[in-house]
Amino acid sequence: MNDAAPTGARRFRLPTFGGLGASVGIVFIILVAFWVMMMILLPTSYMVEYSFRFDLPPGKVGGPEDVHTLDNYRFLLFGPEGSPERLWLFGHEFKANTLHLNVFFKTIIAAILVTMIDLAICYPITFFMAQRATGGMARLMVLCLILPFWVNEILRAFAFRILLGTGGVLNTFLMDLGVIAEPFDFIRQDIALYVGLSYAYILLMIFPLYNALESLDRNQIEAARDLGAPVWRIHWRIVIPHAKAGIASGCTMVFMLAVGALAMPQILGGPSNLWFTQVIYDRFNTSLNWPVGAAYAFVLLVTCIIFVLVVMRLFRVNLGEIAK
Amino acid sequence: MSADVHLDRISIRFGNFTAVKNADLRIESGEFFSFLGPSGCGKTTILRAVAGFQNPTEGRVLIGGRDMAGVGPNKRPTALIFQNLALFPLMKVWENIAFGLEVRGIGKTARRKRADELLELIALTGQGDKLVSELSGGQKQRVAIARALAVKPEVLLLDEPLSALDLKLRQHMRTELRAIQRQVGVTFIYITHDQGEALTMSDRVAVMSQGVVQQIGAGSEIYREPATAFVASFVGENNALRGRIQNMADGFAQVETEFGPMRGRAAPGLSTGDEAILFIRPEAIEPGEAAENSFSSRIIASEFEGHATHLFLGREGGAKPIVITRPGGGDGSLPSEGQFALRFAPEQAAVLPVGEMAGE
Repeated sequence: MNDAAPTGARRFRLPTFGGLGASVGIVFIILVAFWVMMMILLPTSYMVEYSFRFDLPPGKVGGPEDVHTLDNYRFLLFGPEGSPERLWLFGHEFKANTLHLNVFFKTIIAAILVTMIDLAICYPITFFMAQRATGGMARLMVLCLILPFWVNEILRAFAFRILLGTGGVLNTFLMDLGVIAEPFDFIRQDIALYVGLSYAYILLMIFPLYNALESLDRNQIEAARDLGAPVWRIHWRIVIPHAKAGIASGCTMVFMLAVGALAMPQILGGPSNLWFTQVIYDRFNTSLNWPVGAAYAFVLLVTCIIFVLVVMRLFRVNLGEIAK
Repeated sequence: MSADVHLDRISIRFGNFTAVKNADLRIESGEFFSFLGPSGCGKTTILRAVAGFQNPTEGRVLIGGRDMAGVGPNKRPTALIFQNLALFPLMKVWENIAFGLEVRGIGKTARRKRADELLELIALTGQGDKLVSELSGGQKQRVAIARALAVKPEVLLLDEPLSALDLKLRQHMRTELRAIQRQVGVTFIYITHDQGEALTMSDRVAVMSQGVVQQIGAGSEIYREPATAFVASFVGENNALRGRIQNMADGFAQVETEFGPMRGRAAPGLSTGDEAILFIRPEAIEPGEAAENSFSSRIIASEFEGHATHLFLGREGGAKPIVITRPGGGDGSLPSEGQFALRFAPEQAAVLPVGEMAGE
């Protein structure tokens, strides 16, 4: 507090942006407010509102039938009226939209799996880059990680098809080596999808992890080692606690984007596989039932937010730390 | 329990750079031993070799008679206190202290008990549940010591642990470190560039420069009988008078200096005709005439330092002025202008071979 407020009371003050003056501050605040309102809050709340309406033909919009309803959410849980689908749970039979619920939970679990794979791959790599590699070496590694992402996502997805298809490079290679006798269907087994998704979002795990691990004083690791700690305990007690905000940040980002992925599941998913985003996409574009699509999307959004909160709770970090 | 440390002709090289050249010394069990030298002299490298973070290129490190080759830092009976302390900021004070015990699989109650005992030793009783960030600099210092002592090391290694503290606290911690060392009886190996620390605390000091151990001895010995020009110029204030040795007799050498012939104790290996440097301490020079080792000069500057005053005496050709130290605020007996006579006893002066000088 370097202003000379005569009362000494804490007043709300505009940020001055390094002395550029209040006018610049106001411009920035307006820009941010515009961004939040027009780009985030308005479209999202519009979709949320939409999810509580009936799918009416244009003539009936605004009419007596245009009222709020929970039907669209009921549809996700129980399916259409008179659907024969049933779910057995704890010895009881429930009427359920098993197809969509299956896809939903499978998507969540698969996204968690992809997040775990990325964490397992990135932690050792970033630890090496941040703590062991010299400056030039670390820069080269970062460059090697970034460059492939100049190739667009669709191309990369199809490249994985070529690599992992039944007649693909990997199968041919393994068969030539004699490891397998018949081609292994990586795509039908969803392995191609997990590989593709893990690869697609790996950078979003690398950067927060690298940031967090890079700031760890190497002396701390040496001190722990000097006190007799084996490698696993050094990581468990010193490195991971230090990097937990970065880990949480990376995990939430990878999870969010994996759950919301559309192109990768479409190209690399097996014939029987559906990603929940594909279901949503179908509501909007094929069945042209926007309210149901909006309800589905909203359920996915809420699930993602819950996931983030759980991760934050698990790692005992707050939003401010994640934003770092 | 404490152990002796034997550095058996150790050399450590990084590529073409030799950090430590053929260090061969034995540190006694229970000794407070310091490595003193300017930054980059290789003292930290030696410490890391004892701790196990650095393998010697040549030679062996023996702790308690056991060759440490291939023994990792987590398996050595040493504990290192880092220059920046490297306390674990996310753990409580007591968890920091007990970390080494946790690693050894000791139960939580026993750990807590041992941590509390150590907190008492370092006069931080009852502060175990604080976070490290809530402690002052001196308290953090003591926690680092307790954390190292908790694993009952046979050798405690200290890498300039006091350098981050302010002067008053540093002086206080010197006394405290020495007291703790006496109490626990563990071998202390202490790294410092601060001669005050080395001289006040240590049983013995090794002075290092450019990877070479220049001299090993008690503090007073190193101060009074420096073995090389580097030690003479690095430890304490010293006046250097360069010249050729005119003659040698009874262990004394007469050097032809810019002030005329001066006599001092000769280092072994010197002979008539050699270039040599005569070193004389500021406090050994006093005003007055004498039959020998007498010269005249005039005061060009003075610095009052409380307990003493340093007087700077002019010298030919713009060379570094001669410094003399007079007790108190100066007794006023010296003329502030004009030449006057000064003298020093030959026993107080050391004649050493020309060599590397500190701060050049």
